[in-house]
Amino acid sequence: MRHIISLLMENEAGALSRVAGLFSARGYNIESLTVAPTEDATLSRMTIVTTGSEEIIEQITKQLNKLVDVIKVMDLTEGRHIERELMLVKVKAVGTGREEMKRTADIFRGRIIDVTDATYTIELTGTGSKLDAFLEAIDSAFIIETVRTGASGIGRGERSLKA
Amino acid sequence: MEATGAEIVVRCLAEEGVEFVFGYPGGAVLNIYDEIFKQNKFKHVLVRHEQAAVHAADAYARATGRVGVALVTSGPGVTNAVTGIATAYMDSIPIVVVTGQVPTAAIGLDAFQEVDTVGITRPCVKHNFLVKDVKDLAVTMKKAFIIASTGRPGPVVVDVPKDVTAHLTEFEYPATLEMRSYSPVAKGHSGQMKRAVQMLLEAKRPMIYTGGGVVLGDASEQLAEFTRLLGFPITNTLMGLGGFPATDRQNLGMLGMHGTYEANMAMQHCDVLLAVGARFDDRVIGNPAHFAREQRRIIHVDIDPSSISKRVRVDVPIVGDVQNVLADMLVLLKQAKEKPDAAALNAWWTQIELWRSKDCLKYNRNGAIIKPQYVVEKLWEVTGGDAFITSDVGQHQMWAAQYYKFDKPRRWINSGGLGTMGVGLPYAMGVQLAFPDAQVACITGESSIQMNIQELSTCKQYRIPVKVVTLNNRYMGMVRQWQEFFYGSRYAESYMESLPDFVKLAESYGHVGMRIDKPEDVEAALKEAFSPALKERMVFMDFQTDQTENVFPMVEGGKGLSEMILAEEL
Ligand SMILES: Cc1cc2nc3c(=O)[nH]c(=O)nc-3n(C[C@H](O)[C@H](O)[C@H](O)COP(=O)(O)OP(=O)(O)OC[C@H]3O[C@@H](n4cnc5c(N)ncnc54)[C@H](O)[C@@H]3O)c2cc1C
Ligand SMILES: Cc1ncc(C[n+]2csc(CCOP(=O)(O)OP(=O)(O)O)c2C)c(N)n1
Ligand SMILES: [Mg+2]
Repeated sequence: MRHIISLLMENEAGALSRVAGLFSARGYNIESLTVAPTEDATLSRMTIVTTGSEEIIEQITKQLNKLVDVIKVMDLTEGRHIERELMLVKVKAVGTGREEMKRTADIFRGRIIDVTDATYTIELTGTGSKLDAFLEAIDSAFIIETVRTGASGIGRGERSLKA
Repeated sequence: MEATGAEIVVRCLAEEGVEFVFGYPGGAVLNIYDEIFKQNKFKHVLVRHEQAAVHAADAYARATGRVGVALVTSGPGVTNAVTGIATAYMDSIPIVVVTGQVPTAAIGLDAFQEVDTVGITRPCVKHNFLVKDVKDLAVTMKKAFIIASTGRPGPVVVDVPKDVTAHLTEFEYPATLEMRSYSPVAKGHSGQMKRAVQMLLEAKRPMIYTGGGVVLGDASEQLAEFTRLLGFPITNTLMGLGGFPATDRQNLGMLGMHGTYEANMAMQHCDVLLAVGARFDDRVIGNPAHFAREQRRIIHVDIDPSSISKRVRVDVPIVGDVQNVLADMLVLLKQAKEKPDAAALNAWWTQIELWRSKDCLKYNRNGAIIKPQYVVEKLWEVTGGDAFITSDVGQHQMWAAQYYKFDKPRRWINSGGLGTMGVGLPYAMGVQLAFPDAQVACITGESSIQMNIQELSTCKQYRIPVKVVTLNNRYMGMVRQWQEFFYGSRYAESYMESLPDFVKLAESYGHVGMRIDKPEDVEAALKEAFSPALKERMVFMDFQTDQTENVFPMVEGGKGLSEMILAEEL
């Protein structure tokens, strides 16, 4: 099962390597990992997307909690949550394909943020599966480059992760 | 008054009441050594290899329950220390290791004797710090001591660049300190503890299984009262020996790969298992699938949530400090109206006694060659069962665990989790320095002892009168045993030839050497070594033991706990 784990940790040098090291040392999967400081610059917020059996996910959250720099850990997928990822795609946009590409981007609520005679750069946000769906919807021969941030997540309603 | 970083390091150690710093100097720590030279609050012990410094600090911690301290220089000093740090990490031992680092401006430039200490040690420490600003130094030292010694203990590394040791700042040592990201759980959950007590009182075939957590958490008194009140059988892991008296009939001895028949059978066939400060290691429960075949309910007390339900499913998890949890459960037990089921317990004990009557630790005492087990038994007698015993890794370690009956905690000092050959002698040094009047013996093998043999020199310098008991079988016996059983007796590289004359070697350092070849000389040699005449002397005893003796019982890798090989079946 796919899980989205959110955590708050001290914004210190080497914090990221402690988390990354934990995952590699114990052989846990990482699908994506995003990290940035929060409104409180002493804190970093990290979102990790991982997969594993219930036992493994339980160990992952326990092991993360055990890291001395980690303040709080929450498995977002255990409750209602919102997941968003940002993707930038550079595509060939020539001839009839140019109009077609714009239409597909519109359908997915993508924005064209850079244009040349032959290319579009499209910005899309959404869940990972929406971004996947966009890539499937366009002819892969047109794709020049894609870059994705990996998922960020937040709890719905009152559910929050606070230090 | 302002102080330099080096002064601050030394003053922090003094504030913590540190008695001994085990270390080895080098460029990056020379400022610190200069401050050590000027002070008299603690004693510095100069080892002959940084690995031994960390082992000695680790043993000091194991024997006293206080934080052990080591100090090493950057680069090779650190890499030499890593084995010691990893050894302490695997057994959850509280130590603080201060490491020198190249000046902050040189970090990352492949400077002379630079290694990424925080990176190299990260997977084998509880936590580590690189102190880039002298203003953070005192607080970081305080954090290091708190983190090392609380919760599930473990090693903490504080990496201090050389320029930081020269910089000046106001020195103030915080008395306490809050860390928002670190707050170990102390008390157990009351609802879970009630469920646990209920479950124990309903048990027909109960079993208590305790480990290193009882020793680390100083809970052996609570454990003894709890276990005696219930009248249940108990077993200890290799790390838990001494947590409950070995000579008590309720104790079935060690369990696991080389555990007793009765302990392993009771573990396999119990219906309620109380695990306390033990982590269901693979050398303890054998094949987990085989272990899970038998229906049993499991209560697990551990301060580290990640130890619970890691290798086996647990019915009642209790996260908390073992001393608190046992004390609270004792109260609940005394309040309970129900009593343990006496008839069921009786039947269970009858079964256990039947298993015990196999006498699985018996061995042939009549030969003309010294049996290693016999040496350990005699050592137990000669020292009145009251010595601190350190060991190395191999067959001798298992015989020490099986035949030296530990009645007290913190008397058995060995490397269980990492299984580090070479710990024995530095361990003995750390213990003897902590307890100068105690009897301290290192039970070792001729292979293991050579991994830190240079420490004979440290023993000479500080007149550390440890007694080394070498069970010399001219083999890496544990390796040889596996090759005999599982590799068609092809003894690839497991012989030990070209051995030194250990008697002369010991004598060359000014110690007493003895070589013992015959069973009838064993007792006299031990008595002499522990006699008042040699109390102040380091004695190296080289016992020429049976080359082909094996450790039994044995649970082969992949086999179930109840599928032991016993001595007589071969
Ligand atoms: C050659 C060789 C053979 C071996 N054979 C065996 C064998 O036959 N049998 C055997 O048992 N071992 C054997 N071992 C050792 C084995 O590898 C493990 O090191 C050992 O079994 C682990 O012991 P433990 O479960 O008590 O855990 P430890 O490593 O001692 O861990 C302690 C546990 O207690 C917890 N804890 C710590 N402090 C507290 C506290 N205050 N309150 C509550 N909980 C706390 C920790 O979180 C941890 O989970 C062997 C090792 C070697 C090298
Ligand atoms: C540093 C290290 N290297 C290798 C091993 C693997 N190993 C485990 S036991 C052993 C042999 C130990 O021989 P000895 O010290 O003579 O003890 P004996 O088994 O003969 O009693 C070896 C090589 C280890 N545990 N540690
Ligand atoms: Mg040997």
